[in-house]
Amino acid sequence: MATAVPAISAQGSKVIRDDPAVVRWILTLLALAALGVFVVLPLIAVFVQAFAKGLNGYLNAVRDSNTLSAVELSILTVAISVPLNVLFGLAAAWAVTKFSFVGRNLLVTLIDLPFGVSPVISGLIFVLMFGAQSWVGPWLTDRDIHIIFAVPGIVLATTFVTFPFVARELIPLMEAQSTEEEEAAMVLGARPWQMFFRVTLPNIRWGLLYGVVLCTARALGEFGAVSVVSGHIRGRTNTLPLHVEILYNEYNYAGAFAVASLLSVIAVIALAAKRILERKTGQVSS
Amino acid sequence: MRNSFRQPSILPGFWPTFLYTVVYLLLLVLIPLSGVFLKSVSGGWDHFRRAILAPNVLAAFRLSFGASLIAGLIAVGIGFLIAWVLVRYDFPGKALTDALVDLPFALPTAVAGIALTSLYTANGWLGRFLVPLGIKVAFTPAGVVVALTFIGLPFVVRSVQPVLADADRDLEEAAASLGASRLQTFLLVIFPALRPALLTGFALAFARALGEYGSVIFISGNLPLRTEIAPLLIVNKLEQYDYAGATAIAVVMLLASFLILLGINRYQRHIGRSTEAN
Repeated sequence: MATAVPAISAQGSKVIRDDPAVVRWILTLLALAALGVFVVLPLIAVFVQAFAKGLNGYLNAVRDSNTLSAVELSILTVAISVPLNVLFGLAAAWAVTKFSFVGRNLLVTLIDLPFGVSPVISGLIFVLMFGAQSWVGPWLTDRDIHIIFAVPGIVLATTFVTFPFVARELIPLMEAQSTEEEEAAMVLGARPWQMFFRVTLPNIRWGLLYGVVLCTARALGEFGAVSVVSGHIRGRTNTLPLHVEILYNEYNYAGAFAVASLLSVIAVIALAAKRILERKTGQVSS
Repeated sequence: MRNSFRQPSILPGFWPTFLYTVVYLLLLVLIPLSGVFLKSVSGGWDHFRRAILAPNVLAAFRLSFGASLIAGLIAVGIGFLIAWVLVRYDFPGKALTDALVDLPFALPTAVAGIALTSLYTANGWLGRFLVPLGIKVAFTPAGVVVALTFIGLPFVVRSVQPVLADADRDLEEAAASLGASRLQTFLLVIFPALRPALLTGFALAFARALGEYGSVIFISGNLPLRTEIAPLLIVNKLEQYDYAGATAIAVVMLLASFLILLGINRYQRHIGRSTEAN
């Protein structure tokens, strides 16, 4: 009905709709100021303080052997937990969106569960499961298998925390797409993997990529959960965020912010990737 | 398929993907999480109650819930303003502003924590103006609120933004042409339509704030009975090998956040049904 109305009255109604310029400017400035103080200023502070001791101080902090071993452990953690959750995300999204079965909604709700768990508790559950005081604790100690205060615990906690990310991206995306294309492929005699690689994957690739970016960023930056299971052994069980904490608590602020700046760059890349990938998928948010 | 567990389909791969999903979920999430509840029961009710009712634990709960509540409300105010400006107005740098809203999601919490602390200490960029005025943020409960507001902000903006963008402008026009002032239109037409989104945003921000650790522990200063949040007490108790105590606090927090998320779920389904009925 709105399209039938001539252009003049559409313009006339625009006058009624829009707030006066003064109101617009004041509200815009207020919003920008709030975002600036609460969100942007902390980001700027990271980079400014990272270079508080000059470029050399920055490079020394970044090239420090403990920093490098933290980088290594962080990358190792990501290299294990992200592929695991990608595989899970694909399987879960396929089962949940292409079929309808009893308990489907419950399954979707359970996938979101880790979002509602405090990072500290995400670490605690694995300490309770594999720590020295646990059921399996003595058995593990006898065999000299270390999970808590060691790398496997860090990987487990990180995988738990980033568990829903890929599935969460894929489920709405695949729900919006119908099953017709895949059904056509099957009717035309495609083998299951052919159908997956030629039909499904091209349809979801940008959503999948965004899920991977989110999952990676969160896996690199996870602090609370990893802090609980790591035992903070420098050079051995220190991820990048834990290294930031150690440097900060030693009053090595420039060093802490230098390492923090590495993580901030990754966060900014993740934000940029989000923008680009949203444009590719052509919708989602504004 | 003879049974009615699932509707028939010619698509392949239901059983492998379904079973994989369920087994992975059980091993990584459900079994470890249920361990917390089992552990809290195993110590007996008395022990549980004593752990929960210790003065420092009660103080931490009060701070965690109180600060999360205040931060959630502040985030609703600021987040609403940001969402409004992003949806309704055009201004230079709008795309960048929109992207920056997600920064608290993307920035590692420990990084946010030390950055916020450095801003609000006595010689920080903001602290040097605030502290002479008698406004102390770093190492006080106000600092906890600041950190939790930072964390909660994107939840509110991203809840409100799509609803505001879809809002029916014709209703506003109708209100205006019937003689309503701008303020009346806002309070009686726009605000009621946004209430569910604001409430959802608040609940998400609140739930996230309750469990938040990394961005808070630096700016709070962790003063016993004053600025210790509940997740910090879990860590402290674990460091003292008091597993039962840590678990008791964890159970209370898990129940609280599950109840909140369940509430949001129910509420959204309710809203969805009533708008479909219209």
